[in-house]
Amino acid sequence: MGKYILRRLLWMIPIILAVAVIVFTLMTFCPGDPAQIISGSGTSEEDLAIIRESLGLNDPYLVRLGRFLSNTFIHFDLGTSWMTGKSINDSIAERLPRTFVLSIITLLLSMIIGIPLGIIAAVNQGGIGDNISMFVALLGISIPSFWLALLLILLFSVRLGWLPAMGIGGIKYYILPALAGCTGGIAGYARQTRSAMLDVIRSDYITTARSKGMPEFTVITKHALQNALIPIITITGTRFGAMLGGQMVLETIFSIPGMGTLIVTGVNSRDYPVVQAGAILIAIVFSLSMLVVDIFYAWADPRIKAQYERQGAKKRGGKAHA
Amino acid sequence: MSETKNTPFLEVKDLRVEYFTKEQVVHAVNGVSFTLEKGTTLGLVGETGAGKTSICKSILRILPDVGARIPSGEIRLEGQDLLKISEKEMRAVRGQKIAMIFQDPMTALNPVQRVGDQIAEVVSLHMKGTKEDFKKRAEEMLEMVNIPKQRYVEYPHQFSGGMKQRVVIAIALACNPELLLADEPTTALDVTIQAQVLKLIGELRDRLGTSMILVTHDMGIVATYCDTVAVTYAGSIVEYGTKEQIFDHPTHPYTIGLFGAIPNMNVDEEWLHAIEGLPPDPSHLPTGCAFHPRCPYATEDCAKEGFVKPVTTPDGHTCVCCHIDEVLKGEK
Repeated sequence: MGKYILRRLLWMIPIILAVAVIVFTLMTFCPGDPAQIISGSGTSEEDLAIIRESLGLNDPYLVRLGRFLSNTFIHFDLGTSWMTGKSINDSIAERLPRTFVLSIITLLLSMIIGIPLGIIAAVNQGGIGDNISMFVALLGISIPSFWLALLLILLFSVRLGWLPAMGIGGIKYYILPALAGCTGGIAGYARQTRSAMLDVIRSDYITTARSKGMPEFTVITKHALQNALIPIITITGTRFGAMLGGQMVLETIFSIPGMGTLIVTGVNSRDYPVVQAGAILIAIVFSLSMLVVDIFYAWADPRIKAQYERQGAKKRGGKAHA
Repeated sequence: MSETKNTPFLEVKDLRVEYFTKEQVVHAVNGVSFTLEKGTTLGLVGETGAGKTSICKSILRILPDVGARIPSGEIRLEGQDLLKISEKEMRAVRGQKIAMIFQDPMTALNPVQRVGDQIAEVVSLHMKGTKEDFKKRAEEMLEMVNIPKQRYVEYPHQFSGGMKQRVVIAIALACNPELLLADEPTTALDVTIQAQVLKLIGELRDRLGTSMILVTHDMGIVATYCDTVAVTYAGSIVEYGTKEQIFDHPTHPYTIGLFGAIPNMNVDEEWLHAIEGLPPDPSHLPTGCAFHPRCPYATEDCAKEGFVKPVTTPDGHTCVCCHIDEVLKGEK
């Protein structure tokens, strides 16, 4: 298993390098003069030339690409924002934890509510529990998070004054954003869990478990759920990766300076270093969460684990023969 | 209990099982009655879809919650009606007093749990002790079914089909059940493994003194392992008696057809003998005797509701047919 993880980590290197090259190239050949964007209109041609020279924009493309790659991957320096002049490394170090916490809380809330809803729906297929759960899921996916966010602020901050409406601080600043953001996740989890559980519940080994004289609750939680985990793990991984890239709407409504606002402001103001850094970061985060997903697969299902280990063995065996 | 002397170990009376959808009702079991004495083995014989599995599942009350019901019947285990006790009481019976071996070992084990743990689990549900005790018992059971106990930690996908079925047997026998329901335990296995698994079941049954209901469609298996035989057709028992009675004097036209379908190895036969026609659609059973559309002896009366009744044959077993005199006279 350790070897499998190592192999996957090594595979990440070419992927992320490729993302970096593609993003840099796209940004370079975008129309528009960065010097003009930075300085604004009405700057003299001489000043623009100075800015270009200082940013190294006059160098050939390959030289700039090489400089960008060595800065990023050898010195781990993502550069400075053209707009604010702040180090992007610092900005990310400051903002990523906030987005991370918000994502974790949102995801946990969706799981805690969504998965039991899905189980209830599957166990009572066609019955009242099924209809109620699926109605809640439909509601969850239909409610826009920005609208729910505003309603939550109205109720909990303005009327009741229990929770802060915006800004950052302790954990209580994250409760409303997470509540507003989890509805879509609840719906996703409920639907996935329901369909996965329905497949599993009809399996013979569930009948075997019942024939052992096991209480139905244990049958569902111990035997059925573990077999239904694979699709649940999959959506957790993709959701988490997507969330860490930033939750633009919620971060804006609740004035949370997170990754979403950083990247979107960067894109709007053509702050190329910020955009590049954001893209690379998202690539890394996605690759890592997919790796974590695959590790969890192995944990949930020994057959998948055996498959990973066999793959490793085959590769080594092949080399030995060659 | 003073009354146990006269009450049979297991008594099934007029059991009916129905599966229903919005459109139709499928009559899987239609008034089945039989008894089983302690330590004996009953063979349930019949074609696919004759309701054999449904009978076993209703004894254990593990029919699917949705879409299945038992509209009438009694299943008395030592006098106690299993259909009337609470779900909680029933859980104490399952695995402990009655255990079941399933048809398909490939799917009967949970793929994500260690085989040893799956055996230990049933022990932990019914016996007192520590985790170590349960594990020890599970290891014992593995050895009993001839699997080295070192393989306790392995998963079902690391086992062959025959080994999986032996694990299923180990699970079934782990709590020394008094009644074992073996639902075509060898259908999914290849022929050499079939023999091994059956031999194992037979040996363990004899060693532990377990009563057994053996579901099969293989007359050879019945001859080797059963004391009494119930031939089922379309959810009813058409002939019921001891193994000797059924094998020496098969009386019901269907049973005769079943025996006739066994090819004679001493004669070079071009065609295998089959019973004409197909088993009836259980959602639209024929009226009267369900076998009459395929029966060579059938008369108009056979299609009448309530005309065909169980009769006692000259050698004393039960046969549900109104033409046994002709059957016994003119063997077809």
